[in-house]
Amino acid sequence: MLEVRDLQVGYGAITALHGISLRVEKGSIATLIGANGAGKSTMLRAISGLIPARSGSVLFEGRELLGQPAHEIVALGLAHSPEGRMVFANLSVEENLRMGAYLRKDGAGIAKDRDYVFDMFPRLKERRAQTAGTLSGGEQQMLAIGRALMSRPRCLMLDEPSLGIAPMLVATIFEKIVEINRELGLTILLVEQNANLALEVSQRGYVIETGRIILEDECKALRDNPQVRESYLGGH
Amino acid sequence: MLSFDPFELNHPVQQFINGLALGSIYALIALGYTMVYGVLRFINFAHADVLMLGAYAAAFVAPVLAGFLGGPSLLLLFATVLVAAVVCAGIGMLIEALAYRPLRARPKLTVLITAIGVSLFIEFTAQHPAVFGAKTRPFPQLLPAGNLEFAGATLSRVDLLIPVVTVLLLAGLWVLVQRTRMGMAMRAVSFNQNAASLMGVNNNRIISFTFGLGSALAAVAGVLYSVRSSGIDPLMGIRPGLIAFSAAVVGGIGDLGGAVLGGLLLGMLETYAGGVEGLSNYRDAISFGMLVVILLFRPAGLLGRAQVEKV
Repeated sequence: MLEVRDLQVGYGAITALHGISLRVEKGSIATLIGANGAGKSTMLRAISGLIPARSGSVLFEGRELLGQPAHEIVALGLAHSPEGRMVFANLSVEENLRMGAYLRKDGAGIAKDRDYVFDMFPRLKERRAQTAGTLSGGEQQMLAIGRALMSRPRCLMLDEPSLGIAPMLVATIFEKIVEINRELGLTILLVEQNANLALEVSQRGYVIETGRIILEDECKALRDNPQVRESYLGGH
Repeated sequence: MLSFDPFELNHPVQQFINGLALGSIYALIALGYTMVYGVLRFINFAHADVLMLGAYAAAFVAPVLAGFLGGPSLLLLFATVLVAAVVCAGIGMLIEALAYRPLRARPKLTVLITAIGVSLFIEFTAQHPAVFGAKTRPFPQLLPAGNLEFAGATLSRVDLLIPVVTVLLLAGLWVLVQRTRMGMAMRAVSFNQNAASLMGVNNNRIISFTFGLGSALAAVAGVLYSVRSSGIDPLMGIRPGLIAFSAAVVGGIGDLGGAVLGGLLLGMLETYAGGVEGLSNYRDAISFGMLVVILLFRPAGLLGRAQVEKV
């Protein structure tokens, strides 16, 4: 579904990603775990066209994405819920969802998907007329995920959905991520610092350190890997 | 010699309508500054010169249109305004594409200085004898001559018309920004361009549209301003541009309602200060003094919210 090959990204003299390769199989959840600053968000930003790559290749359903502008990539069926959520704080909850469906013309389908999002996150329905800036961090994360779903993507990239959110809401959000994957058959690439949760819900896992993939395996195996346990799972 | 006696000039209704008309013009110009600031976070100093180009476009096209539409009339005014608005929308979009877009990723100061460069380029090109020339030239008459009498006040037709036109344009603008897909995209781009592009928004298109819209409003303002004045010249945009820019700041830069409020406020201040014996020479000092006072108490402007600069 999504294949990254030897992706290199740099800012000026600094190289952020030193040739990263990973695959996300159709219908699966894959996760990329790593510490803050390891290059996780950079990779997603390069895939979705927000920043240019130096070299390498990103294939989505066999089509090369590198070199395409961000606003055309989402049209291909790849949605990106970015780091820090980036909901439009000046727009209402409902408008944020409509922005997610910006490229779609099927009014009935948009309304149906909006209702799906509202069913999944009833909080958003309660607050549909509120400006998004007034939502809590957890609600904003729900909105960011819902907004990404509104483009009706075939693959969804989530950047740290657990970041800065009350622990109770984190559990809810991860349940919903699994639900989206099962119910909609949506392929998901999940980027997380919270390795525990990420490895639990995903099938394939990758560990990134300072711009390099240092480990990759099935998530079950990664959870038992001593190195992962030591560095990412709190050593127990 | 003035044709009015001082009593008439100071008539309260007349003063009010004058202030409202002038303020409406400032408001229309201020909207352009504030919309561009909203999407790009910089001040388009060439905006005032677009206004001037609108006035010249009107001056050239009005006689031609008058040939089709007959003499001065409301229809002639509207047709002229429409042509000037279309011309200026094109010019505004061209300026953005040629001068500002290539610098989009550069520091804001670079773009700001470029805007000053574009402004000077337009002003001095326009003053060249082969272009418009530096001399003031008469502006064609678009509305029938004669004033209206109301409760002892002498009101010019254009001064009565300007607030009406402005209200209609504002209503249209509000619908566009708040109720259409394009307007929603403009608001989204103004909040976060990266996030907007992840939704499939082509930022270039939205920014270009914003420049076109702001420039069209400047053209409307330019024509109305010229109808009120004795003539037009290549530097005519500077003063109303400066005042409208201040209006946008005092209202809260980036806020459309603030631009209108600021414009009306400055138009009124200028008119009332100008109408007081002995103060008229200080009208700008009074206007800008008030600005300083307002900004001391509300640094983000009347309707602006204090914002943390995003990294």
